[in-house]
Amino acid sequence: MKILVAVKRVIDYNVQIRVKEDGTGVVTDNVKMSTNPPDDNAIEEAVKIKEAGKATEVVAITVGEEKAQETVRKALAVGADRGIHVKVDGILEPLAVSKILQKIVDKEKPDLVFMGKQAIDDDCNQTGQMLSALLNWPQATFASKIEVKDNKLEVTREIDEGLETIEINFPAIVTCDLRLNEPRYASLPNIMKAKKKPIEEIPASDLGVDVSPRLEQLKVEEPPKRKAGIKVANVAELVQKLKNEAKVI
Amino acid sequence: MAVLLIAEHNNKELRQFTLNAATAASQIDSDVHAVIIGQNAAEAAKQLSELPVVKKVLSVEAAHYENFTAENFAPVIVKLAENYSHIVCSANTFGKNLMPRIAAHLDTSQVSDIIKVMSPDTFLRPIYAGNAFATIKSNDIKKCVTIRPTSFDPCESTGGSAPIEKLDASEEFSNTKFIKREEIKSDRPELGTARIVVSGGRGMQSGDNFKLITEIADKLGAAIGASRAAVDAGYISNDHQVGQTGKVVVPDLYIAIGISGAIQHLAGMKESKVIVAINKDGEAPIFSVADYGLEADLFEAIPQFMEELNKLNTIQK
Repeated sequence: MKILVAVKRVIDYNVQIRVKEDGTGVVTDNVKMSTNPPDDNAIEEAVKIKEAGKATEVVAITVGEEKAQETVRKALAVGADRGIHVKVDGILEPLAVSKILQKIVDKEKPDLVFMGKQAIDDDCNQTGQMLSALLNWPQATFASKIEVKDNKLEVTREIDEGLETIEINFPAIVTCDLRLNEPRYASLPNIMKAKKKPIEEIPASDLGVDVSPRLEQLKVEEPPKRKAGIKVANVAELVQKLKNEAKVI
Repeated sequence: MAVLLIAEHNNKELRQFTLNAATAASQIDSDVHAVIIGQNAAEAAKQLSELPVVKKVLSVEAAHYENFTAENFAPVIVKLAENYSHIVCSANTFGKNLMPRIAAHLDTSQVSDIIKVMSPDTFLRPIYAGNAFATIKSNDIKKCVTIRPTSFDPCESTGGSAPIEKLDASEEFSNTKFIKREEIKSDRPELGTARIVVSGGRGMQSGDNFKLITEIADKLGAAIGASRAAVDAGYISNDHQVGQTGKVVVPDLYIAIGISGAIQHLAGMKESKVIVAINKDGEAPIFSVADYGLEADLFEAIPQFMEELNKLNTIQK
């Protein structure tokens, strides 16, 4: 059984982002970048399934500029067997990424495709569902528990009302929630070993996919700032303010 | 062309956020049709027809729609899409799961989680967990848009009488099987729609101590929230989580107790009308968004807070 895991390079989740003064986007120069957090969960889960003897190969893929390859290298350092880097510059919408992934799936024929449920930069939450649509495969989104059965998965999904359990037949797509597992850290020997693992580089232009954006980002701005609040001296003052000033209790 | 709203329901009644999504849909175009897909959902369809902003209801029923599986729902919407300029749904887990599947079939680049309709093709949406707002113009012929429900007021729920048209079901998608749903039942108001939310963070130090939060919430008729740190520490279950990876809440009053205010938590609550922070660390980032900050040990402050609340003659519910 083969698992393909898609990873994305994003601004590190601990970085307080800054909006560019000209309103064209957010500052990314000299900003720490890392793998999209739930994509780390996706890699971890795939590697765990392989370690349990239920998968034979884990392939990590990223789509993006030159430096995006770092995320694949990191996936290799925590246990993926080989990598694919589809090279493309500029803004990529989830629809374009899912079309590229579809081409790679056609070629690699994985039984499962894993990825994070959402990227923490554009917060779109689309790529996994779009890929399943294009492939006409079952989808298990927001997965917080995965159990591998015979040619199918039982997946527990985090939904607004609580938890939902579904069963999906191979081949299938799973998008991972942060609660799925605890991603491991790469050890130094494994980081060294990962340098020798192969990464196939494919120019997006070779795949015959139209990746031109359909959306125009007209402006990026800072959200309205909250007006500065006050510190109250004690609980009595707090309750009095809530009752008589804010009138909310 | 008209806008097609996808109704969210539980086969018995409409889910509250359908009303918020209906408001957003009506801001895109006054001609709003709504589709309801389910099983034995006639009562919910009737409720939908009573929304004054909805001009027509399309109802599709079959056993394989009982559990809202996206793989079954998407083909129904895709078939209807040719008559509509926009497909709209709320951006909760139902809509997030379903809409991209529709958009990909229609070869449309979806606009997710909008907080404002600027014009029929231009929308405002938060990115980077709400740390920036992007104005996005869609150049696709068909537009698939999901709505952040808390950013739109619910529409009127009575007074309308839209005709209900029944449509044929599409084929069942056989590779996905629903097993079970475990809904967390509670007598409290739902976190996403509560007027007051009382949240605890890692500062609570244990699941047992969350009882203190519960007492205040009971007194105020509030929902109980939590930071991701509190959930990860096992103090409380995940359905209480407020933040980028949990629920986004916009109550009239948000009380954050023992919550430091990580970026991802602020993303889920900073649009609340009034924010109270109780934390012993005066430098905690939560104070930067709080209207009323109290620098105090929560284990002293909470009992005092209860005492002061008990002194009040009346408490708004």
